[in-house]
Amino acid sequence: MQEDNISWAQDMRRRIADNDIWYSFTHTPIAYISAIIGLSLIALAIFAPFIAPQNPFDLASLDLFDASLPPSWLDQGDQRFLLGTDDQGRGILSTIFFGLRISLFVGFTSVFLSLLIGVSLGLISGYVGGRVDAVIMRIADVQLSFPAILIALLIDGVFRTVVSKDLHEDLALYVVIFAIAVSGWVQYARTVRSSVMTEKIKEYVQAGQVIGLGSARIMIKHILPNVLGPVFVIGTLHLALAIIIEATLSFLGVGLPPTTPSLGTLIRIGNEYLFSGEWWITIFPGLTLIILSLSVNLFGDWLRDALNPKLQ
Amino acid sequence: MSLLEVKNLTVKFPSRKGDFTAVDDVSLSVEPGEILGIVGESGAGKSTVGNAIISLLEAPGYMSDGSIWLKGGRIDDLDENLKSTIRGRRIGMIFQDPLTSLNPLETVGAQLIETIILHLELSEKAARARAIDLLNQVGIENAEERVDQYPHQFSGGMRQRVVIALALCSDPEVVIADEPTTALDVSIQAQILSLLRKLCEERNVGMIMVTHDMGVIAEITDRVAVMYRGKLVEIGETEKVLYKPTHEYTKSLISAVPRPDKKADRFPLVTYIEDVETLPEDVKLSDLWLGKTRDYEDFEGSMLTVERLKLDFVTKRAIFKRNNTYFTALKGVSFDIKQGEVFGIVGESGSGKSTIARCVTGIYEPSDGTVSICGADLNKLVDINKRNYYRRQTQMVFQDPFSSLNGRMRVENIIAEPIIFHKQAADKTEVRKIVHELLEIVGLGTGAARKFPHEFSGGQRQRISIARALATRPRFLICDEPTSALDVSIQAQILNLLKDLQEELGLTMMFISHDLPVIRQMCDRVAVMQSGEILEIAETEALFNTPQHSYTKKLLELMPKFRTSA
Repeated sequence: MQEDNISWAQDMRRRIADNDIWYSFTHTPIAYISAIIGLSLIALAIFAPFIAPQNPFDLASLDLFDASLPPSWLDQGDQRFLLGTDDQGRGILSTIFFGLRISLFVGFTSVFLSLLIGVSLGLISGYVGGRVDAVIMRIADVQLSFPAILIALLIDGVFRTVVSKDLHEDLALYVVIFAIAVSGWVQYARTVRSSVMTEKIKEYVQAGQVIGLGSARIMIKHILPNVLGPVFVIGTLHLALAIIIEATLSFLGVGLPPTTPSLGTLIRIGNEYLFSGEWWITIFPGLTLIILSLSVNLFGDWLRDALNPKLQ
Repeated sequence: MSLLEVKNLTVKFPSRKGDFTAVDDVSLSVEPGEILGIVGESGAGKSTVGNAIISLLEAPGYMSDGSIWLKGGRIDDLDENLKSTIRGRRIGMIFQDPLTSLNPLETVGAQLIETIILHLELSEKAARARAIDLLNQVGIENAEERVDQYPHQFSGGMRQRVVIALALCSDPEVVIADEPTTALDVSIQAQILSLLRKLCEERNVGMIMVTHDMGVIAEITDRVAVMYRGKLVEIGETEKVLYKPTHEYTKSLISAVPRPDKKADRFPLVTYIEDVETLPEDVKLSDLWLGKTRDYEDFEGSMLTVERLKLDFVTKRAIFKRNNTYFTALKGVSFDIKQGEVFGIVGESGSGKSTIARCVTGIYEPSDGTVSICGADLNKLVDINKRNYYRRQTQMVFQDPFSSLNGRMRVENIIAEPIIFHKQAADKTEVRKIVHELLEIVGLGTGAARKFPHEFSGGQRQRISIARALATRPRFLICDEPTSALDVSIQAQILNLLKDLQEELGLTMMFISHDLPVIRQMCDRVAVMQSGEILEIAETEALFNTPQHSYTKKLLELMPKFRTSA
């Protein structure tokens, strides 16, 4: 065949050009617009230290005389602070950049952790079956009867009583990540379990058994790649949810401390000043949160439809 | 004026890579009381013709040209409302799968009555009487009682009868049957076909029978149209088309049908089928890696000995093991396969033939009995290295070419896996070399290595599956219905390939199939199975000429009557 001579790079390029999902992506405005917005927000978060006019976490750079300034285009606004400042004299714009960083970090790591726990348990549950399956799925059922936010609160509460207050401030970020991760694994486990159960009776799995491959190898190398499609969809939708849960926890005051504010912490701080007229402290972080979760959600929705062969 | 006329029908399916012409300028007609067969291989557009006639083309397909006439009136340009007065009332439709074409939540009677009232505007009571009458006509006993039962209370064949009753309930002038017997066992197929024939004659209905099966065509059609890649290549009296075909494609298609009446050496080389690169004449398999001496010890006796093999599946699990309910898939089966022999197992669906293969390869653990390969009882082998040594000697080719390959792996990795796992090669370069050799042996060429399974057709995938099975250099190959999902010409190619490999490598083979002509072409000895038991084991020729068991006789009688003239 004449195709023998093409290189790997050409092969990949041809595959991408042929790919239906890529085609759908470039031809669905909602998909690429939300991807562009989402990626720009991620870029803002990553490069925050270079872009932000001020480092809001550096207490030495803060000046209480700058506290509660309105956005720069209003009376008494200051050119240095485009979106105004909060009660501590932190520029809202800079704080949003750094807050995004924390929100996205919490979102990605907790989704990754959930995914890891959920996919492994789902894979084992679906492949091994029997008692193991029953135990894992009953735990999942029990957990599913509590709302995610309640589980996160519970974990945070237990943690607070166990460690000292100083240590808690330092570890708060990781507690939040852990809490969100633990509250979200069930969805992954259930989805993966059901996909595994349909995959494992297919003949390619039996072919692996006939070759003599062990269960672990069949599970990881053969079944896992075939069940990941829906997991990515849940993952993106869960990312938006995780960011919102983190914001909610922080808003309730059990998330991240005011010294390292995430978007949720900012909204909570601003909320206290809303009725005294300083609306900008809560509105701008709130808008950012909405844009972020909306773009991630819309992207996830598109991905779900694109991966669903029935809708094409 | 014909009953139904299709003139210059062209159907296109637009996609982002341009229009695909599924049906290209097809013209045909049906007379009252006549059965017209449309035969062709998958993708030939035969079902699309049927769908176009009742204007149920799957989106985004559309009729780009042509016209359809029913009793002299044009029906393809009517609006949707008028079309639905024709669809179901004047043209009935019988679909392939009786399991999905009935609504499981409504009784059979309710579905019939609904349709009758819709089309004939009868009273509920009259409609019910008509429903019972129709069930009687399609040969359902106790119709008065059965009319109030749900579809799951009917067997597959009975359900197809109900579907036929549904298609007939408005006294249609034309019936389109799309592979009506493909999902059924042979014994039921014969009954359904004679029922269709009878109904056609009694009611003077014109029928279009869409099928891939030459046996069905020979059995009941008056005239036949042969389609190839959207085009009508030949149409005429069934006798004439089947026994004196004029078009090259028809000739090659007919020569590919396995002969039930005698054993041929191989299938004549069939043109008009997908491109396959054969090995150059001067390359001998024995010079390649696959043919080199294998590192197995010689042994005396049978390749495979199965004794009193029994397998129970738990159907209902209870708290205590002894209270479990079981379904016995194998009821103590014994046979042996000699070295170098091709042993066939034949039986209808559910007879347990595939279960045997899965017990032999260790996918299922038998409840009782022994399976010994090369003289060693596999279930008693604890040592993993020893076990793998025997595993390596037995490989399997599966039925479904679409699910038997992992879609996320490249072909080269699929074939390399067993080589690497069983440490058959020293390094990566050697693995790659072996993979390329294997791909050439099965006729795919080295270009296939880097592709993914979905880029291949069913027959090509089955070749990949064969290459994977050969990658451990087995001496015992199990083929579980290797061609039943394939078109007849592709089947001929794959059977030729398996035969060549078997002869040149001296493989022992267990060949499982429901298709008697295929068994006759491939096997030295045959076992006939029914509901978990072997009824008869005999030399192939002896079995076909002088069957001993009554069930074997029945199977042979039901075998399609079609014989090739070649």
